[in-house]
Amino acid sequence: MSAADRTALAAGVRRYSHGSRVPGWDDSVDLDKDPAAVPDPASTPVPEELRATIERSMRKYPDRRSAAIPALAAAQAFHGYCSPEAIDQVACVMRLTPGYLVSVATFYDMFKTDDRGSHDVFVCTNISCSIQGADDVYDAMMEAAHDDDAVNVKPFECLGACDIAPMASVDGIYVGPLLVEDTQTIVEDLHAGRAVLEHKQLRLRRSADLEANSERFERDAPPAFEAREGGADPVREPAAGSAGPRMRGVDAIDQAAAPDPPLPRDENPADADGDEPAEADGAEEDDR
Amino acid sequence: MKLLFQDIDEPGLHTLEVYERRGGYKMLRQALGSAPEEVLHEIELSDIRGRGGAGFQMGKKASFIPKGAMDKYLVCNADESEPGAFKDRELMQKNPHQLIEGLIIGAYAAGVNRSFIFIRGEYAYQADILDAAVEEAEAAGYLGEAILGSDHDLSLVVHRGAGAYIAGEETALLDSLEGKRANPRLKPPFPAITGLYQGPTLVNNVETLSTVPHILRLGGEEFAKIGTETSSGTKVVSVSGSVQRPGNYEITLGIPAREIIYGLAGGPPEGREVKLWFPGGSSAPVLTGDDLDLSYDFDTLAKAGSMLGSGSIIVVDDSVPVVEVAKKVAKFYKHESCGKCTPCREGTNWTVKMLDRIDSGEATPMDLDILASVQDQIIGNCLCVLGDSMAMPIGAMVAKFREEFEAHIEAARERNQETTAVPEPIPLRGVNAGYAGAYPPMTAVEEMG
Repeated sequence: MSAADRTALAAGVRRYSHGSRVPGWDDSVDLDKDPAAVPDPASTPVPEELRATIERSMRKYPDRRSAAIPALAAAQAFHGYCSPEAIDQVACVMRLTPGYLVSVATFYDMFKTDDRGSHDVFVCTNISCSIQGADDVYDAMMEAAHDDDAVNVKPFECLGACDIAPMASVDGIYVGPLLVEDTQTIVEDLHAGRAVLEHKQLRLRRSADLEANSERFERDAPPAFEAREGGADPVREPAAGSAGPRMRGVDAIDQAAAPDPPLPRDENPADADGDEPAEADGAEEDDR
Repeated sequence: MKLLFQDIDEPGLHTLEVYERRGGYKMLRQALGSAPEEVLHEIELSDIRGRGGAGFQMGKKASFIPKGAMDKYLVCNADESEPGAFKDRELMQKNPHQLIEGLIIGAYAAGVNRSFIFIRGEYAYQADILDAAVEEAEAAGYLGEAILGSDHDLSLVVHRGAGAYIAGEETALLDSLEGKRANPRLKPPFPAITGLYQGPTLVNNVETLSTVPHILRLGGEEFAKIGTETSSGTKVVSVSGSVQRPGNYEITLGIPAREIIYGLAGGPPEGREVKLWFPGGSSAPVLTGDDLDLSYDFDTLAKAGSMLGSGSIIVVDDSVPVVEVAKKVAKFYKHESCGKCTPCREGTNWTVKMLDRIDSGEATPMDLDILASVQDQIIGNCLCVLGDSMAMPIGAMVAKFREEFEAHIEAARERNQETTAVPEPIPLRGVNAGYAGAYPPMTAVEEMG
């Protein structure tokens, strides 16, 4: 192959503007700088509160390095994200190099290494949720928060709440099953400082297993939930996704097919809560 | 039969007061009254297999922990991140003391003095509940030095992860607990010999440990009679996907899968059929609607070419294209691959690329053979089973739904020809939209030096 051929070939290879075919491989590396050493306590002021939290974490483990993740989480809570300053402060208290902590912080999904707003909305887009329409919920969530710097919307892998699919974790609080309309409410609730979608929070959910409870226990519910009793219970309304809760791609491939009929999601009392009359439960058991 | 889920919604069950009123921590007192070997023997008799995925006998695992005075550790694996799995979440949220009691008994049986619960960081609410429960247990003397006047000490720390599926792999979990990136280690040595901080370490799932008090209450032999001969006990299964009543159900191992999917979870919505289902989380090779009458236990599913895994059933109905399911699975494992072993790092990446080609109409049926061969090259060639976890279900999907894949390729190709000769760049949407703007735009640049 001649040199000219090689040049022609190389020109045909698409590259990112930093010259690599791989995006962002050297994002965290500044080759002009010396490797950072363990920060000097004299020149690295650490907020007292943060220092105390980190030191408390370090005391829990036989090896202080085990506290790296809790310490980074504390720094992220304090600073809003794992900023270089936050990393330096953790490194200073833990006597580790910032490089080590950056390697940890960039590995885990919950750490933010850039400022993405004070509220995190993780929308689950894994199998179970996307079967129930999570991709639409995610798009709607992006739309609802797209000009909002305070809300960081992120597609997330399985959050471990497939029973309330499609769901999202809003500042660590699990809510679902979500309708596309709920995304606007989430943003409004976050700005108002209210509890997010209180009636759809996971913690209120009773076990789906009808036989798990030998007696009927009163639900431990917040007032907001009680207020909705008698009226439409949003938890039990058909999820938006269930009318056409299909993953992306069905319509694209199968356009000729007739549209799916709307599907009732569940008429079963046990799914969302146990407020139905006892006879309903009994009837259900008879069915089986 | 309900063991773990008995009266799970009783108000205040997560507090020590209610748990003790229901007879909690009695089994701990009983265990501390007998020798550790006897407790271990009882667990071995029960034949309980690990509930986290591998299905290894808990008693046998605990017996591998060397005897003698040294720093030994017990780590409860609560990093439940497998798509479709959410049983540990409910167990920890609603009955944390059951887990703590089981953990203390397990630690006593294995002669362990330091324990950790590694809970995934996303479960913040559950971790708070565990923290409160540990505090209560410490105050009541169930944890700490000289537990209930015996000569056994145990410390328990609830450690929150920060979001990584791979941290659920037992050796990666130990690395993560040591404050490192969660990379799996070479085995052997197994954690029972060289684990956390290089000490012998017993790693058990939340559900396994939560069952331990019930094993002692019933007696190992009685417990072994529940379920089938090789799969003893009850199991909490998480059913999700296209079912009308998704949720956690406690079943006796060995009941037909149809009874779980249709009987308990209500089956797919009206007018739909089960097209395929994952019997044990997204890493289990898929089974089809024809396999619904299989008995739901470890050995039957293994014989059918799949696995029970963590007991998480994902049901996919006939309106969902199998290519979409395959793409979701592959993208998940690509995202979660830690990058340590080449077959997994590259294999997951290329699998996603090939599936995208299939979806965009650039593929030929030959690509399916290449896709299948990539899966073959991943299996068994990595330190841990993350790569296998993608390769097995994708391989099974290609094998069982090959005609649909081929039809998908053909339909996508024809659609492309109708519109444009050269495919337009596909606009990023859905999950992928998050990547837009994250990297500098692609441009053709001069030859690199």
